[in-house]
Amino acid sequence: MSSTPSSDSPRDDGTPAVPVLSVRELRVEFPTRHGTLVALDKVSFDIAPGEILGVVGESGAGKSMTGNAVIQLLEPPGHIAAGEVHLGAQRIDNLDEDAFVPLRGRHIGMIFQDPLTSLNPLFSVGEQLIETIRTHLPMNHKQARERALELLREVGIPAPENRLDAYPHQFSGGMRQRVVIALALAAEPELVIADEPTTALDVSVQAQILALLKRLCAERGTAVMLVTHDMGVIAETADRVAVMYAGRLIEIGPVNAVIREPQHPYTRGLMASIPGIETSRERLYQIEGAMPRLAAIPAGCAFNPRCPHAVERCRSERPELLPTGTSRAACWLHDPDNPVTPVIEEAHADGH
Amino acid sequence: MLAFLIQRVLQAVFVMVVVALIAFSLFHYVGDPVLNMVGQEATEADRAALRARLGLDQPLPIQFFQFIANAAQFEFGISYRSARPVTDLIVERLPATLELAIISAIFAVVMGIVLGIYTALNRGNWLSNFIMTASLIGVSLPTFLIGVLLIYVFAVELGWLPAFGRGEVIDLGWWNTGLLTRSGLASLILPAITLGLFQLTLIMRLVRAEMLEVLRADYIKFARARGLSKRVVNLRHALKNTLIPVITIIGLQLGTIIAFAIITETVFQWPGVGALFITAVRFVDIPVMAAYLMMIALVFVVINLIVDLLYYAVDPRLRVQGGAK
Repeated sequence: MSSTPSSDSPRDDGTPAVPVLSVRELRVEFPTRHGTLVALDKVSFDIAPGEILGVVGESGAGKSMTGNAVIQLLEPPGHIAAGEVHLGAQRIDNLDEDAFVPLRGRHIGMIFQDPLTSLNPLFSVGEQLIETIRTHLPMNHKQARERALELLREVGIPAPENRLDAYPHQFSGGMRQRVVIALALAAEPELVIADEPTTALDVSVQAQILALLKRLCAERGTAVMLVTHDMGVIAETADRVAVMYAGRLIEIGPVNAVIREPQHPYTRGLMASIPGIETSRERLYQIEGAMPRLAAIPAGCAFNPRCPHAVERCRSERPELLPTGTSRAACWLHDPDNPVTPVIEEAHADGH
Repeated sequence: MLAFLIQRVLQAVFVMVVVALIAFSLFHYVGDPVLNMVGQEATEADRAALRARLGLDQPLPIQFFQFIANAAQFEFGISYRSARPVTDLIVERLPATLELAIISAIFAVVMGIVLGIYTALNRGNWLSNFIMTASLIGVSLPTFLIGVLLIYVFAVELGWLPAFGRGEVIDLGWWNTGLLTRSGLASLILPAITLGLFQLTLIMRLVRAEMLEVLRADYIKFARARGLSKRVVNLRHALKNTLIPVITIIGLQLGTIIAFAIITETVFQWPGVGALFITAVRFVDIPVMAAYLMMIALVFVVINLIVDLLYYAVDPRLRVQGGAK
């Protein structure tokens, strides 16, 4: 639909896909009075065109931080301290603000958690859409208005010609999130970062919004980085999953593999702690302890103080992502040369 | 919309009646004007005649009703001191005060908003730190001291600007203005700065605080994520949201500017209604004082009404019935 052919990455032409987004060894630091906090440490992943990568983890694990770092909307004083981010063939982590502005919306779209506060209350939905469209596409006001109507129709807003001049407070939460999606996709970006897009919505609306997002991105071949803490959302939507813990990526793989055969002890704990409808249990499983604060991340593997299998090596040497099955996990259990022997859970419980 | 307007107008009328009651009671609690007006040798009959002429011999409710009826027609009786209609005295001097107030309000609002935006967007650089520190002086120094300091520097030492008066005035028939002559404009500068400085610093600090608050909002982050330029995000999205609370304060401050022109007018011997009021207080000239009180109240009430309507225009969330259809 967009008429600018310039930076369209290969979408449907059958050549081996160049990833839309490629993040390498990304490190984000927050200098504070009490020393530098490392919010993201050596995070690496790719997203292929049309692929949905789910990013999961507890609050503070660095999921949203990764999204904000990619689109360079980190809250100061946070900044990218090392590593590289490539959008298609272009390196983007070293661009300054002025050079980055044209990428936002046009090549990378973003959807935030709370549709109630994402829209400016003083401008009508139409004004915000038209302004966004005209920022990115060479259209006059009338053409942009047509395009805005088309977008609202596409995201499933009934009678868009009546709703275009309405203000955000006149829409329900679900409808507002549809408008937010329309805004994020207005200029057909190659990558959309969706930061907890359904967390603030009613459960019944969540599924609709996810289905909408999935359909629109599939139609356009848009890659999605879906940040959430809801494994249900991931299972339903994502192609691959990245699990984060204490600012590090600890496991990444196809969604079925990670959910059914989690390879990292933390992921196993995470999956075991999800309540299922069919498997009723007396008590939910829980991982002992809490995720470390950024100021007190232990040496070696960040999970070692809570890990039942931890050995001396885990406390001193940080594991890289190691291939295991169809996934990769950052755990010495999967070291091909010198694997750590896993402790059987019961023995662990009895022994201590 | 109409119901809203009618409701606000009724409230305004109520406020004005209450103020009228206060103004009216001045006549009965602030000394006996008749004694001030007649000479030493006046007889009891002279006094009674004057009392009758001023309407002071009627029963109180009738006097009050008469007062309101007259006030509604901008009729406040005859000045005890100059023996001329109060309305004439005020109308003669109102242009001086209004010109001063409007110019200093424009100065305060424009500079306040511009500096507020600048200091919010450039937090921590040396210029905004300097402006913030300097604004503390504006907030804390009393108006008369600022006036005297300005006179000392720019009139006495440097001799650039006149120290008092209104300069050359051109009479337009219904209005006399100092804005069309060089000396008139030069005379306006120091009093306008004096009168507006406090409001300027207040508006600036308010704009800055509100702007910093708004810049943290999600819709600003989303506006940036949509790829809007910095200028559009700051001056379109952030500024409009910033201005909502600022409008109220500016409205109230405009009233204050007119009311507190008294001090500035005294310092600069500005021939406005404030100076008229000071003279009236000195001579217990109650009709002038009452009229001044009513005038200031009217200014506040009208400005508040305008502010309410502006709110309505700026914030679509208040237009509940209007927009939903």
